[in-house]
Amino acid sequence: MALDRWIALILLGFCIIYGYTAWFAMDVGLAPFMKRNPVWPSTFPKILSILGATASLIILLGFEKNKEKVTDIDYRRLHEYKLGQAILLLLLMVVYALFLRPAGFMISTGLFLILGSVILGERKLYIMIPIALILTFFVWYLVQEVLGIYMRPYPAWLGG
Amino acid sequence: MLEGILLGLQTAFSIQMLLMVIGGCLIGTFIGMLPGLGPMSIIAIMIPVAISMGDPAAAIILLAGVYYGAIFGGSTSSILLNAPGVAGTVATSFDGYPLAKKGQAGKALTVAAIASFCGGTIGAVLLMVFAPALSSVALLFHSAEYFALMVVGLSAIAAFAGTGQVSKALLMTVVGLMLGTIGEGTMFSLPRFTMGIMDLQSGLSFVTLAMAMFALPEALFLVLNPPKPGAGKSEEIKELGITRQEAKSIAPVIGRQSIQGFFIGVLPGAGATIASFLGYAVERNIASKDEQKEFGKGSIKGLAAPETANNAACTGSFVPLLTLGIPGSGTTAILLGALIALNVTPGPRLMIDEPQIFWAVIISMYIGNVVLLVLNLPLIPYIAKILTIPRNYLIPYILFFTLMGAYIGQNNATELLILVGFGVCATALKFADYPLAPLLIGFILGGMLEDNFARSMQLYDGIAFILQRPMTMVLLGIAISLVLLPTLRAKRAKIRSEGIAEGD
Repeated sequence: MALDRWIALILLGFCIIYGYTAWFAMDVGLAPFMKRNPVWPSTFPKILSILGATASLIILLGFEKNKEKVTDIDYRRLHEYKLGQAILLLLLMVVYALFLRPAGFMISTGLFLILGSVILGERKLYIMIPIALILTFFVWYLVQEVLGIYMRPYPAWLGG
Repeated sequence: MLEGILLGLQTAFSIQMLLMVIGGCLIGTFIGMLPGLGPMSIIAIMIPVAISMGDPAAAIILLAGVYYGAIFGGSTSSILLNAPGVAGTVATSFDGYPLAKKGQAGKALTVAAIASFCGGTIGAVLLMVFAPALSSVALLFHSAEYFALMVVGLSAIAAFAGTGQVSKALLMTVVGLMLGTIGEGTMFSLPRFTMGIMDLQSGLSFVTLAMAMFALPEALFLVLNPPKPGAGKSEEIKELGITRQEAKSIAPVIGRQSIQGFFIGVLPGAGATIASFLGYAVERNIASKDEQKEFGKGSIKGLAAPETANNAACTGSFVPLLTLGIPGSGTTAILLGALIALNVTPGPRLMIDEPQIFWAVIISMYIGNVVLLVLNLPLIPYIAKILTIPRNYLIPYILFFTLMGAYIGQNNATELLILVGFGVCATALKFADYPLAPLLIGFILGGMLEDNFARSMQLYDGIAFILQRPMTMVLLGIAISLVLLPTLRAKRAKIRSEGIAEGD
């Protein structure tokens, strides 16, 4: 089964769970005065669940003729691309998300930019580190001072 | 109208707005030039900045500047490197790159700049004429018609925006609508589908979703499949001038394509990309025999046609956004989201309630086009230097700005995890050739669609509003036929092609 049909299967599951909630679970706690209304909070989701399930079934069962088209990247040969770099960068983003608050903006962003370049294979540290640090400070200044959005610059234990 | 124009001039010619136009165009040109980054991801990244400025007129002027700047900049990398930065400029590379290879890169860039300028400017004139007219018609609409109109818009997007399979685009639209129902609903403010998670109470943030749908997958694609080094060596740029004869030959092309491109842009689902390909095809067909041979080998007509059409289509796509409040493309959907975040609801009332925004946007388009012409003609050799920035530096910074955009919007680190999660899903969808723009458009329109649906249900005490309002019925009929027709046509083609071996 091709990837697009697997995705259709997953989305069909999503639609069924969504539909179950809309059809059977959502209206339980509805107040009596709301029930007199011609349209309930669950009305629109009910319609959507039917539409979504139909569309995913059409793809899953292959009713519509599928012209096998290779996008920029052929997922069947994914391992031939730089998959390792992409996964490492995604992990780096997750780590950044977890460390942004505790470690403060300056440290986490500086490290993110430097490590990001290192993952992609950059080795000229003497160019990379100054650029990363300057940009980090510049963005912090822009967000904090110009746009007026508070962003903790230093780690929490420094009282930033 | 004159009053409006004067009001627009007054607003658009303040120092702040001029800076917004110039800044937007510059940023758009720079980033649009980078292969692999489309206008949608740039605008998604710029949204937090625009929103936190707090002035809706300034925000939309900035974002619109980024939009046409990106289309403008995309043509530069198409011509010089044969690596289109934006899908709307793919057709530009057909004739632009051969011209550059012949050593006429300067001339190609000049033709592209002039064609873009004319397309954008003529588009803005048409916008000024058509938008007020359409918006006075739209004022007659009832919430039932609005509901039907949005359904038409969504199904048109599903029918045209996909790369062939309507059901995929339709499924994406529905998933977008479903994601839009998460959080406190329009009815009685009851929380729906939150699974008891407090962070989902206010729904998903549209900035996060926009980043996850466009910026992140595009960046990941760049990581996975880096452009081959040396595939397109940048040619030296010289001789920017064009002769009078050449100018004469492209003038009719520009005239035709401005109008055609504009109207294609107005249609929901069809944007700059379709306009540019169609413009190229039309001009090749009506050119004389000798000129036809030139197409694909460096014809300046073949270069001017898509360049004019894509810029005119960009401007055209603002018509449904400003008059009906219904975006026809992914980019205008993001603009709509930004405007809603700034407490402005685009629609027929926009011209009456906030005329300064409406007219300032239109006037800023003229200014923007002049700025782009000035930026591009003399400065292009220097601007093109950005193409030499190594991707090792570029990609971490793009990812960082994506993260920052999501973070600034909500000031919540959970948002970043949602961003990465949705980004991975979006990349998988992109691998399987599912169009992503319908998902975002569905997400943004979902709230309004349900609002209008609920209102008409309440007014007519049930589903009867469809039968009692003929216009609603007609519109819904159009919507259904838009979805079904391509399927039927495909089926007929299948029957006809039976007996022919499929190369699978």
